[in-house]
Amino acid sequence: MADPRIIIVGAGPAGTRAAEACVQAGIRPIVLDEGRRDGGQIYRRQPDNFTRPYAKLYGTEAPRAQALHETFDGLKDRIDYRAETLVWNIADGHVRTATRTMESALPFDALLLCTGATDRLMPVKGWQFAGAYSLGGAQVALKSQAVSIGHKVVFMGSGPLLYLVASQYVQAGADVVAVLDTAPYSARIKALPDLLAVPSVLWNGVALTLALKRAGVMVRNSVKPLEILGNVEDGLSGIRFRVGAGAEQTIACDAVAMGHHLRPETQLADLARCAFAFDPVTRQWLPERDGDGRSSVAGVYLAGDGAKILGARSAEASGRLTALAALGDLGLPVDKGEMASLRGDVGTYAKFARGLATAFPWPAEQAGALPDEAILCRCEGVTAGDLRAVMRETGAKEANRAKAFSRVGMGRCQGRYCGLAAAELIAAQADIPVEQVGRLRGQAPVKPLNISIGDTDA
Amino acid sequence: MSAASDVIIVGGGLMGSSAALFLRGHGLSVTLLETDLIGRQASGTNFGNVRRQGRPIHQLPLANRAIDIWRRSRELLGADVEYLQSGHIRVCYRERPELVGSMEEYADKARAEGLDLELLSGNALRDKFPFFGADVLAGSYSATDGHANPRLAAPAFARAAERLGAVIHEHTKIVDAQKIGEDFVVSAADGRTFRAPILLVTAGAWGNALSSQFGEPVPIVPRGPNMSVTEPVPYAILPAVGVMTPVEEETVYFRQVARGNIVLGGSTRGPSFPDQYRAYVEPQNTVSQLKHIRRLAPALGKLNIIRVWSGIEGYLPDSQPVMGPSATTSGLYYAFGFSGSGFQIGPGVGETMAEIIAQGATDIPIAPYTIGRFAKG
Ligand SMILES: Cc1cc2nc3c(=O)[nH]c(=O)nc-3n(C[C@H](O)[C@H](O)[C@H](O)COP(=O)(O)OP(=O)(O)OC[C@H]3O[C@@H](n4cnc5c(N)ncnc54)[C@H](O)[C@@H]3O)c2cc1C
Ligand SMILES: Cc1cc2nc3c(=O)[nH]c(=O)nc-3n(C[C@H](O)[C@H](O)[C@H](O)COP(=O)(O)OP(=O)(O)OC[C@H]3O[C@@H](n4cnc5c(N)ncnc54)[C@H](O)[C@@H]3O)c2cc1C
Repeated sequence: MADPRIIIVGAGPAGTRAAEACVQAGIRPIVLDEGRRDGGQIYRRQPDNFTRPYAKLYGTEAPRAQALHETFDGLKDRIDYRAETLVWNIADGHVRTATRTMESALPFDALLLCTGATDRLMPVKGWQFAGAYSLGGAQVALKSQAVSIGHKVVFMGSGPLLYLVASQYVQAGADVVAVLDTAPYSARIKALPDLLAVPSVLWNGVALTLALKRAGVMVRNSVKPLEILGNVEDGLSGIRFRVGAGAEQTIACDAVAMGHHLRPETQLADLARCAFAFDPVTRQWLPERDGDGRSSVAGVYLAGDGAKILGARSAEASGRLTALAALGDLGLPVDKGEMASLRGDVGTYAKFARGLATAFPWPAEQAGALPDEAILCRCEGVTAGDLRAVMRETGAKEANRAKAFSRVGMGRCQGRYCGLAAAELIAAQADIPVEQVGRLRGQAPVKPLNISIGDTDA
Repeated sequence: MSAASDVIIVGGGLMGSSAALFLRGHGLSVTLLETDLIGRQASGTNFGNVRRQGRPIHQLPLANRAIDIWRRSRELLGADVEYLQSGHIRVCYRERPELVGSMEEYADKARAEGLDLELLSGNALRDKFPFFGADVLAGSYSATDGHANPRLAAPAFARAAERLGAVIHEHTKIVDAQKIGEDFVVSAADGRTFRAPILLVTAGAWGNALSSQFGEPVPIVPRGPNMSVTEPVPYAILPAVGVMTPVEEETVYFRQVARGNIVLGGSTRGPSFPDQYRAYVEPQNTVSQLKHIRRLAPALGKLNIIRVWSGIEGYLPDSQPVMGPSATTSGLYYAFGFSGSGFQIGPGVGETMAEIIAQGATDIPIAPYTIGRFAKG
C-alpha cells in the first residue's frame, strides 16, 4: 500500500509536534498554514527584516519558542509545507486550499486539525470606534510590527492574556494606563487548587501581575465596563466603568485592548461534519473528541487550542498524541507507553485550564445587560436593540434563526467576534439556557475567498 | 381527540405560508404544520430572484398575480421583505447567437401576457451596465422584475396569517396522512393528530412522501443549487442578472442587496439530503460558479465571497410544479416541486390555491401542473 496521506492544518505548536511525529514514523505529511511563516499564534515569528532576540520576543517562553522553531526548521525537507495557504473548505475526503492564485483539492487518509484559537470578545458600547483592538490584535501589532496600538492604552476584559499582553506593552515602553479585569479577585482563590496543576505557569502569571503593579499600572478587579467613549471621526477617547458596586469612573485613553480569554477555531471541524457538544465550563460549543483527539468523523483528528483552549504547552503534547493516534489507526507501529504519558500531560493541562476558566470567568451577564444602542455585531452594524426587536417581532430564539432575521453574525467574520455574546444576549432575553440557543453553523469559506481564485489545479 | 379546522396545510414554506394567509382571507380556518421552522428550507435559502422573464409563457398569468402581491407586500404583511423592483436582465454569450432569436420570440409572446421586455445589444448593455464582460452578446431587460429577501419572506407571510387567526405548529413533522370518512387525519411523528375535510400539501421537495400515500407518486428529485455572497460594497448594481444558456455550468446569476452584498448563484447543482433537512455546497461547484461569474462580470473578480450555502429544492422531469387538485382523492390539493423557480410565483401560488379551495375554480391556467401527468398507464 502507498504511504498514507496525512494532512495537518496549522503550523503552530500542535501542528509542528504532529508533523514531527509523522516524520519520525517515516511519513511525509502535508502541512498547511495560512500564515506567512510557521510558529502559530504564541510563537509567531517576526518578519524577516526584524532581528529581535528570542528573550525579548517571547519572554519566559523563549526556550520553548526556540525549540519549536528549530524543530520545524529541521523538518522542512521532510514535510510538504505550504505557507500562505488557506484551507477554505473540507468535503468528500478532500481538503480544499486557496493560495492567492490557485485552488487545490488534496485527498487525505488522516486529517489533523490544529487550527488554534482567536480572541473571545464581549461587546462593550462603543467598541466599534477606531482604537479598540482585540488582545490578540494588540499583541500581533507588538510582536510582528513592534508598534503599540496607541499612546495611552487600557487593557480590559479577563484571562491570562490580559495580563500577559499588558506587561508586554509595559516592557516595550508603552504607556499602559490601566488593566481592568472583569473577574473578581475571589475567583482566583477558588481556582487555586486547579491552577496548582502547573505551578510554573501559575507563577509566571503571578509574576506578571506583580510586575504590572511595580510599573505603576493601575490594576482593578470586579470591573463592570460601561462604555468606550469616543466618536466615529476621531476614534475612542476614554472608557467608563464601575468597580463592583462602586461609583462610575472614567479614564482617558486613545486605545483599548479587549478580550476574555480565547475561543477555538472550530469552523473546519464543522465543515468536516464533526459532532459538537456544549461545554458548560467555558459556555462554548466544542467539537467532540476522545482522549486521543479522534473526532466523531473517522479520519478527522483535533489537537491544540483549536479543539479546546488548553494552552500552548498542552498543544505541543496533544499535537504529538493525536498524530500518534492517527498513525496507529493507519496501522503504523506507535509507542503505547508514550501515548499514555502524553495523555497524562494533557490531563494536567486540562486541569489547569479549568482553573483558568474559574479564575477568569466569561461575564455572560454583560451581554444581557448591553444597552439597546450598543453595537453587537460590528461587521453588520447590528445593535443589541435591533436583535431584541427582531426577537420580539418574530419569536426567534435559536442562533441561526436570529442570524437569518437580524444579520447578527452574518458578516465577514462569520460570527467569530459576536457569536458567543449574541447567544448570551438571546438566552438572557428569552430566559433560556444558552445551550438551547444553539451555535452558529459554520459555512465555507472559513475566511473570505477571492472570486478570482483560479481553476482547481489537478 | 384531534385538533380540527377547515383546512390543514402540510409544509410551511412560502407556498404553505401564503396559502394560509389567503385562505384566512376567504374565511376558512387553517392549521399549518411544519417539520422545522417556517421558511427554513427552499423558501429561506433561495437566491431571491423575483423574476418573471424566462418562465414558460403559460406561467406568466400566475407570475403576474404574484408580482402584484410582492408590490403590495409591505402593506399586506406589515413587514419589509426587502422587495426591490429594480429590474432583471437575461443575457446570452457570443458563441450562441441563435439565442438572440429565442429572446426576441419570447419577448413577443411575453408582451401579449403583459410583460414588457427590451432587447439590448452587448454594447448597449455595457454602456448602461459597465460590469458586463466582453463575451456578452445581447440581453433582455425587464424593468418590472426584481428581487426580495428569502430569509424574511415566508416567515412574514406566516406571521400575517397567524395575526388573521391561522394556527401554526412548528416542529411538527407529518408522517402519515389518510382520508377517513369525510375527513383527512394527519399524524405527527410525536403522535399528535390533526383533522380537516381539506388537505393542502405544500411540502416542497418532500411532497412525494405525502402524495404517495394517496396513490400518486411523482418522480421528484431533490437537489441543491449553490449560492455565495460577497462582502458588502457600495450599492451600484440595480438589476438582478442571469445567463441564458443550454449548458448547466454556465447558468450563473447575481444580484446586489441594498446593504451592499452581492449574492451569486448557479452553475452546477449539488446533492441534498432531505432526510436530514440539509444540503451541502460542493466546493467544486463554488469554484465553477466563480469562474462563470468572472466571465459574466469580470469586475466582480476583485471581490471576496464570505459565505456559501445551499438549500433543498424538488425538481420534476419537466421542470414544472405539481399544482392543483389530486386526481384520486377529493378534498386533497397539491402545490409542491417548484423545480428551482418557485420563489417569485410563491405568493401567487398561495392566492391561487386558496381560490381553488374556497371557490372551486380559478382563472389562472394550471393545467400544465396537474399531478395526473405522472399517472402510470
Ligand atoms: C491572539 C492570541 C495570542 C496569544 N498569545 C499567547 C501568549 O502570549 N502566551 C500564551 O501562552 N498563549 C498565547 N495564546 C494562546 C496560544 O496561542 C495557544 O495556546 C497556542 O498557540 C496553541 O497552539 P496551536 O498549535 O493549537 O494553535 P496556533 O499556535 O494558534 O496555530 C494554529 C495555526 O493554524 C493556522 N490555521 C488556522 N486555521 C487555518 C486555516 N483555515 N487554513 C490554514 N491555516 C490555518 C493558523 O495560521 C496558525 O498558524 C494566544 C492566542 C491567541 C489567539
Ligand atoms: C438554493 C436555491 C435557490 C433558488 N433560487 C430561486 C430564485 O432565485 N427564484 C425563484 O423563483 N426560485 C428559486 N428557488 C426555488 C424556490 O426557492 C422554491 O421553489 C420555493 O421556495 C419552494 O417553496 P415551497 O414552499 O414549495 O418549499 P419549501 O420552502 O422547501 O417548503 C416546504 C416545507 O415543507 C416542510 N415539510 C416537508 N415535509 C413535511 C412534513 N411531512 N411535515 C411537515 N412539514 C413538512 C419542509 O420542512 C419545508 O419547510 C431556489 C431554490 C433553492 C434551494
